[in-house]
Amino acid sequence: MYTEKVIAEFTNPENVGEMANADGVGEVGSPTCGDIMKIYLKVEDGRIIDVRFQTFGCAAAIASSSMATRMVRGMTIAEAWNLSNTDVLDALGGLPEPKVHCSLLAPDAIRAAINDYRIRRGLEPLETGSGGCCGSHPENG
Amino acid sequence: MNDLDPRPVYMDHAATTFMKPEVIAAMAPYFSQYFGNPSSLYQFSREPRKGVAAAREQVAEAIGANPGEINFCAGGSEADNWAIKGAALANREHGDHIITSAIEHHAVLHTCEWLERQGFSVTYLPVDGFGRVDPADVEEAITNRTILVSVMTANNEIGTIQPVAEIGRIAHEHGALFHSDAVQAVGAVPIDVDAMEIDLLSLSGHKFYGPKGTGALYIRQGTRIESLIHGGGQERGRRAGTENVPGIVGLGRAIELATADIEGHNRRIAAMRDRLVRGVLASIPDTRVNGHPKERLANNANFSFRYVEGESILLSLDAHGICASTGSACSSGSSEPSHVLLAIGLPREEAHGSLRLTLGDANAKDDIDYVLEVLPEVIGRLRRISPLTPSCPRIPEVD
Repeated sequence: MYTEKVIAEFTNPENVGEMANADGVGEVGSPTCGDIMKIYLKVEDGRIIDVRFQTFGCAAAIASSSMATRMVRGMTIAEAWNLSNTDVLDALGGLPEPKVHCSLLAPDAIRAAINDYRIRRGLEPLETGSGGCCGSHPENG
Repeated sequence: MNDLDPRPVYMDHAATTFMKPEVIAAMAPYFSQYFGNPSSLYQFSREPRKGVAAAREQVAEAIGANPGEINFCAGGSEADNWAIKGAALANREHGDHIITSAIEHHAVLHTCEWLERQGFSVTYLPVDGFGRVDPADVEEAITNRTILVSVMTANNEIGTIQPVAEIGRIAHEHGALFHSDAVQAVGAVPIDVDAMEIDLLSLSGHKFYGPKGTGALYIRQGTRIESLIHGGGQERGRRAGTENVPGIVGLGRAIELATADIEGHNRRIAAMRDRLVRGVLASIPDTRVNGHPKERLANNANFSFRYVEGESILLSLDAHGICASTGSACSSGSSEPSHVLLAIGLPREEAHGSLRLTLGDANAKDDIDYVLEVLPEVIGRLRRISPLTPSCPRIPEVD
């Protein structure tokens, strides 16, 4: 049911693990929902120079995390904020319909990490528009 | 699996089984040589008619019933639907209450929910931490309006065997019918419908090395039950439609083989299963075994691995050629884990981390070794990815 790209990304994910001196950390989801995604960002001159993730969840969630972290590496904070789940889905070659919600977690976690970075720098957090957990997305119907 | 042997290590026998060569051989003539319709009058239809009759005897023999009480249908789900809807509709003048358990197969649960929408009331009994229904709970829930009690013989996910004989006795003391879904139990639990006080029993061919799309409902003589499928007079007017003759013949041969030596079969399978469970517990920390320590199907091993999610375990095992199943269903944004695992009191996160391995005749000792080699590595890898794994010192949350 998954594309080969998804399976490959799930089997050999990149950017796995914690980051000791992250500039921003974001976590979305909950264990009761069955998926949690945690993103660590290292920022220099407004650009993401390093990124790591930890994910508890299904293959789609792990593959989305890996893909999203690969995509935001090198982006400016503004570009990373605008990464959408459609961008992640396209890069993965799509997900089966019931799994699409898993791809929402990655952009949400990245935005949560960016807001954490902003707060640490004394800036106001930006509106995220979604809560991150299953059922909280209007897209989930 | 290796480069020389591309077969997967199949450990999902509760989902379905392969067909035994003897079963295929028994069926073969009925596809071509004896293709006649058993309802036709000419002599050419004698053989298919005899094939169906012989299968009816084989099924009856396997569960301690009379051949006239065996009704063939298209599988376990149909048998469950038939038993529950049929008994409810035929007995509604006597009452409108049904008792079942929280851990039944969806073929039972969703049928009961449908009957609730038709005006019946249903009690869903809880189970203990091992997945057992307490017969005292049946006694407490039963009223003079109870027409049917339905409790499975053995659970499909965690393998727990239910005290069906006691439950059947209680149902009968109160004038209610007793149905048991024995889909997972046939060939693993010796069944005697009289001793177990069962009035209606569902079984399914493909769970015991028979063909898919075949099943049977045992209906004790004298039981009031409506039909679901109306049409011709097949199955003595109870289930219309031209008989699936090859399938029925295969079901008969398969149940005969599966019940010939249940004890010996269980001994062999349980020895492998126990080694698997011991090996997993010894090599993977933060693991629990779900289900009953003793009262469980010989082939069932159900684990919860903390900090990881079931589907990712499943797909990782699949990448190594191991077929298994999980109670975690991350889909449609609901991510609701197995109702069975929640009913035994597992926290959601542990229910999400469940893995079911069900052994069978496709397995040998090597398969256990292989799983014990691969599984710790798979769980270890996923735990290294998971933010829940405690060995990673957690970064303080920023609210």
